[in-house]
Amino acid sequence: MMFYRLLSIVGRQRASPGWQNWSSARNSASAAEAHSMALPTQAQVVICGGGIMGTSVAYHLSKMGWKDIVLLEQGRLAAGSTRFCAGILSTARHLTIEQKMADYSNKLYHQLEQETGIQTGYTRTGSIFLAQTQDRLISLKRINSRLNVIGIPSEIISPKKVAELHHLLNVHDLVGAMHVPEDAVVSSADVALALASAASQNGVQIYDRTSVLHVMVKKGQVTGVETDKGQIECQYFVNCAGQWAYELGLSNEEPVSIPLHACEHFYLLTRPLETPLQSSTPTIVDADGRIYIRNWQGGILSGGFEKNPKPIFTEGKNQLEIQNLQEDWDHFEPLLSSLLRRMPELETLEIMKLVNCPETFTPDMRCIMGESPAVQGYFVLAGMNSAGLSFGGGAGKYLAEWMVHGYPSENVWELDLKRFGALQSSRTFLRHRVMEVMPLMYDLKVPRWDFQTGRQLRTSPLYDRLDAQGARWMEKHGFERPKYFVPPDKDLLALEQSKTFYKPDWFDIVESEVKCCKEAVCVIDMSSFTKFEITSTGDQALEVLQYLFSNDLDVPVGHIVHTGMLNEGGGYENDCSIARLNKRSFFMISPTDQQVHCWAWLKKHMPKDSNLLLEDVTWKYTALNLIGPRAVDVLSELSYAPMTPDHFPSLFCKEMSVGYANGIRVMSMTHTGEPGFMLYIPIEYALHVYNEVMSVGQKYGIRNAGYYALRSLRIEKFFAFWGQDINNLTTPLECGRESRVKLEKGMDFIGRDALLLQKQNGVYKRLTMFILDDHDTDLDLWPWWGEPIYRNGQYVGKTTSSAYSYSLERHVCLGFVHNFSEDTGEEQVVTADFINRGEYEIDIAGYRFQAKAKLYPVASLFTQKRRKDDMELSDLHGK
Amino acid sequence: MSISALLSMGRCCCRCCCPRGLWMLSAPCCDDRRMCVCPGPRRIGIPVRSSSLPLFSDAMPAPTQLFFPLIRNCELSRIYGTACYCHHKHLCCSSPYVPQSRLRYTPHPAYATFCRPKENWWQYTQGRRYASTPQKFYLTPPQVNSILKANEYSFKVPEFDGKNVSSILGFDSNQLPANAPIEDRRSAATCLQTRGMLLGVFDGHAGCACSQAVSERLFYYIAVSLLPHETLLEIENAVESGRALLPILQWHKHPNDYFSKEASKLYFNSLRTYWQELIDLNTGESTDIDVKEALINAFKRLDNDISLEAQVGDPNSFLNYLVLRVAFSGATACVAHVDGVDLHVANTGDSRAMLGVQEEDGSWSAVTLSNDHNAQNERELERLKLEHPKSEAKSVVKQDRLLGLLMPFRAFGDVKFKWSIDLQKRVIESGPDQLNDNEYTKFIPPNYHTPPYLTAEPEVTYHRLRPQDKFLVLATDGLWETMHRQDVVRIVGEYLTGMHHQQPIAVGGYKVTLGQMHGLLTERRTKMSSVFEDQNAATHLIRHAVGNNEFGTVDHERLSKMLSLPEELARMYRDDITIIVVQFNSHVVGAYQNQE
Repeated sequence: MMFYRLLSIVGRQRASPGWQNWSSARNSASAAEAHSMALPTQAQVVICGGGIMGTSVAYHLSKMGWKDIVLLEQGRLAAGSTRFCAGILSTARHLTIEQKMADYSNKLYHQLEQETGIQTGYTRTGSIFLAQTQDRLISLKRINSRLNVIGIPSEIISPKKVAELHHLLNVHDLVGAMHVPEDAVVSSADVALALASAASQNGVQIYDRTSVLHVMVKKGQVTGVETDKGQIECQYFVNCAGQWAYELGLSNEEPVSIPLHACEHFYLLTRPLETPLQSSTPTIVDADGRIYIRNWQGGILSGGFEKNPKPIFTEGKNQLEIQNLQEDWDHFEPLLSSLLRRMPELETLEIMKLVNCPETFTPDMRCIMGESPAVQGYFVLAGMNSAGLSFGGGAGKYLAEWMVHGYPSENVWELDLKRFGALQSSRTFLRHRVMEVMPLMYDLKVPRWDFQTGRQLRTSPLYDRLDAQGARWMEKHGFERPKYFVPPDKDLLALEQSKTFYKPDWFDIVESEVKCCKEAVCVIDMSSFTKFEITSTGDQALEVLQYLFSNDLDVPVGHIVHTGMLNEGGGYENDCSIARLNKRSFFMISPTDQQVHCWAWLKKHMPKDSNLLLEDVTWKYTALNLIGPRAVDVLSELSYAPMTPDHFPSLFCKEMSVGYANGIRVMSMTHTGEPGFMLYIPIEYALHVYNEVMSVGQKYGIRNAGYYALRSLRIEKFFAFWGQDINNLTTPLECGRESRVKLEKGMDFIGRDALLLQKQNGVYKRLTMFILDDHDTDLDLWPWWGEPIYRNGQYVGKTTSSAYSYSLERHVCLGFVHNFSEDTGEEQVVTADFINRGEYEIDIAGYRFQAKAKLYPVASLFTQKRRKDDMELSDLHGK
Repeated sequence: MSISALLSMGRCCCRCCCPRGLWMLSAPCCDDRRMCVCPGPRRIGIPVRSSSLPLFSDAMPAPTQLFFPLIRNCELSRIYGTACYCHHKHLCCSSPYVPQSRLRYTPHPAYATFCRPKENWWQYTQGRRYASTPQKFYLTPPQVNSILKANEYSFKVPEFDGKNVSSILGFDSNQLPANAPIEDRRSAATCLQTRGMLLGVFDGHAGCACSQAVSERLFYYIAVSLLPHETLLEIENAVESGRALLPILQWHKHPNDYFSKEASKLYFNSLRTYWQELIDLNTGESTDIDVKEALINAFKRLDNDISLEAQVGDPNSFLNYLVLRVAFSGATACVAHVDGVDLHVANTGDSRAMLGVQEEDGSWSAVTLSNDHNAQNERELERLKLEHPKSEAKSVVKQDRLLGLLMPFRAFGDVKFKWSIDLQKRVIESGPDQLNDNEYTKFIPPNYHTPPYLTAEPEVTYHRLRPQDKFLVLATDGLWETMHRQDVVRIVGEYLTGMHHQQPIAVGGYKVTLGQMHGLLTERRTKMSSVFEDQNAATHLIRHAVGNNEFGTVDHERLSKMLSLPEELARMYRDDITIIVVQFNSHVVGAYQNQE
């Protein structure tokens, strides 16, 4: 009943978009208020937000069989950003997961009208992405090769072809373009209403004009929501509140931090052209001109992402404000100039309106979905970076799967709420960061891009020291990490000039750091690693760890174990190193961005036992990696203790003194496969130990090194990193880590069954190392990640990371090889034989390079002995 | 005299000019440029905006065509510049009326004979001009910017927890020299033991010694005057027992703003004597310190100390010379003290404090917070006449100058207008030779009967800040004589608010095409583009002050020419300009208002 009333509103709105007959919509809305119904007192799921996200989640949940769902909307359905959305559905995205979401959305919206009977205005117009520069064309080519391998048709076309596809375009300054013929335009408000209607038919109850005040939480579990119309008890809450999601998250007693922030976004509507544009006219994206242009009712709709965005609602405002935002023509001027340069004939076209519709942006330009690490049953889907319509269907589907099955069918770590912590939720940080993110939408996306705003938030105590020595920094999870060290006599390019898809300007600098790691000794500050301590009074710690981790942790005190923290499917939730400090306590080192995710996972799976203590000690220790053959000399000189392999075998951990400082945790391991040590230093000793290491190391040729050197070293040795190469859909068997799994360790652990099955049946993908053969480092495009891999001409997978190996003098890529059946496309078992018997090519922006596949690292890299007669005088030089 | 008049005289003036070498022979006092109050004004009044300068018109009089090619040739330009410098001195010697020079001194008649032209300057330069072709010379926009921005400084009050609780958001300051070296100074500091911030501009004359000393010292005197008794005791005790002192001021200085290390100890001792007296004077009754009174006391006390230090002298010959130079030169001061919504402006002389007020319709209006102490101020004329016997009524202000010499009617230093004749003679005689050789210091003003004629006592105005008070401009007269206060406030106001407060464009029902809209917007943007060149409001204001054409917009060509004047010439076309623009925090000011 509720639903039909809504539909009547839709009916009136559909003929012309909402902004035209605002007043009539308002009338009907106030009529709706008169007979509002009482809310149910309980439900399984409460969804907050009646935009495209909320309705999509409701739609998919109800399709998957969950019926007891209440959707609450503070205003009217599809009234926020969804209402004002420009209605462009585009699959050309940079991340594969985003491409997949958009592709699914496209297919869903396409058949929605048929399914629900509600007109959505879906028109397959196709879209054309213009390139004014060669670099932009490279970027498009990279997207193009990735689109093609997931089955989305697209092609790179010439400017001439562009002119044929769209007669209004000025193509004189173009170098090429990408055409995606199946992209579409659609009315997002109508899509949301159609999804709502289908959900409603499946039993979802929808209430508008109902505001969620806060979510009730008991013992870290959602118990219900408090609305302005009463309480609803529920197990699951889904926050799809768009730009209000941040405020809503903070309104809980136990706040859920959802880092996003709105910026004003402008687009222009015109009256129809003299000969009205056909509704099938393709959508144009001119990223170099920062604009998009689509046909709209015979005229055009054009907006863009300007360089100087205007963040809005920093202090949190109510929804009414969104309807009263001012047009700002002066702000729009650069985009208008760009539009008229692209379509000069529009000069005489009459303006209808400049629409100001705020869009929500996140700190890393990727949307936010998933369950809150702090509150179980609290799900979030928001922060769409102005691609809400494109992602709506797919994102709703993945979130619904996540809720129903416990995990989505694709790896969505890149979008997972848990990639953020509370540290990203400062209003000032968000305000500053989104001002950088919004222009980035249309900026050239080059490898190794670092955000410039919101920096220097978390730093090691050595930050200033390293900075003074020329460190250049990158940021991970708010933590500053050195990339490389610029020698005093060397100048690098300015930020903007250093953007390149080719050989970067730091090539020689990193080379000398890598050399030093291999021949002498380097120090790398790796303090950003997430560090936990698990302690218990009895054997509880060991027991719970044995259950959570795949390797056998019942090792003698002082041993270090590399192990995965697996999920039920055997996939890596985390990849870490655990040192047994004593019988009852363990020290666990995980990747930097695991701080929130790993904590949540451990908390969720650990028994509530007061005798079992989990502590985040990340901030307590500075981690220095002494890496290289002379590390042992430096350390033994500083500690007056023998450090030879006999006394200090590999993968061993000891507390010892270094210089004057006592209680330094020294571990004989590195994260690159080079010989060396990790020093975990209580922070107050950090500067002292660093100074001592540097001064003693002088005679061994010590120098600072950064993460780029580390990356080169670890990739050439086939060390996979969690978050880059492996994720929660990767099992140890798929990346050659059988040795790190002890299936027969005498007790069950999470993921064991799945691994046993996999061991029996074989794996369907395999992490493989590729060495590029005919690639010219100086002249050819460099690989990055996400490049398609071809085996005997057939697509078999994508690369996950790559680096230049200074020892092999070749590029090395890591990537997964699948075995798709030639007939059905179904995945088949991948054997070592299958991998070894193929001829491989890697596709970098449309150019294919021959590559050698390897399942095991090149052995020669591990033997570091130099023969006496190879020595030169230059070996005597300080580094 | 307008520049056109000056230039039309150019040819004949040149005839009586002499190259530098000759002049040096005749005027040993010029050895020390700082002390040199040369026989003749350094500043020729040029109402720059009132007429379009023939200098910049296409039809240049012959001598001015020389200016620009010459600059390219460095050596030649120096010669020319020097020659020209002398030439204007002479011009002034022969001209009885020089309207705007702050300090005027007619040299001993003997000079005139020394200055007789030995050689025709025209021929002199002609002879060396063979290499230069008459080419137009322009500074490029980046060069112009680097000159304009060389002295710019910005300070943002730090935010805590994303909020700025101070009523001041920050300030921008900048200065553009015309004298070489510049005689203006500026200071800004936060009071650490009391609340509030101090900002001031100081315009020196007869050298920069006095303005330098005042810029270093005045804020300490003010801060000390504001300190409660207990704090003074605490500081005195710390000095006595050799403990670390409480910091009083947090300075916000441009790297070019220097403090003299040599005099620091002397200055400290004088300051200490001051606070010791304050401690002794305290009766323990009144605890409330009146800012107005504190400002007045501080000004008077510092001027008194300057005077005393010069009388007492110093065993160190460098310091001895320094304190004399400070005392014999002069400086005006315009200082603002901002504490919450309480704004006090203490002014001595002809610098000015102007409040920028944004009206409800978004337009800007100027509220003057200080009175100029010069001949244009009736009340000052009145005061002077009252302070001296009737017999002096005609001589005390002559030709709009104090005793026919000094433009500002109040100033620091300038003991020539304060000390008795006896004292002046005694100090000069016992002083170092350099002082003795200086004709200016030896010269006693005419009609000098009842000193002192000059005071450093400031006029203090109080203003309670309102949310519509957006900023305060403190500037030396170099700015105010080229721009009207209303223009100053409008330019700063529009700069600070960007274009957002320009009347926004709305299409609302009219038929507008994209092309028309584009044209309109481009026009608006060009208008604003000069704003975006500057990150500093003071720089922006200087750009306008120097480069504005008759339409009130910055003309690059004009700006370029003005900035490429050789230093000796620059003073003819403009005075030193020093500007501080303080921006207020309307939110905080509004919150204060709401509290009551």
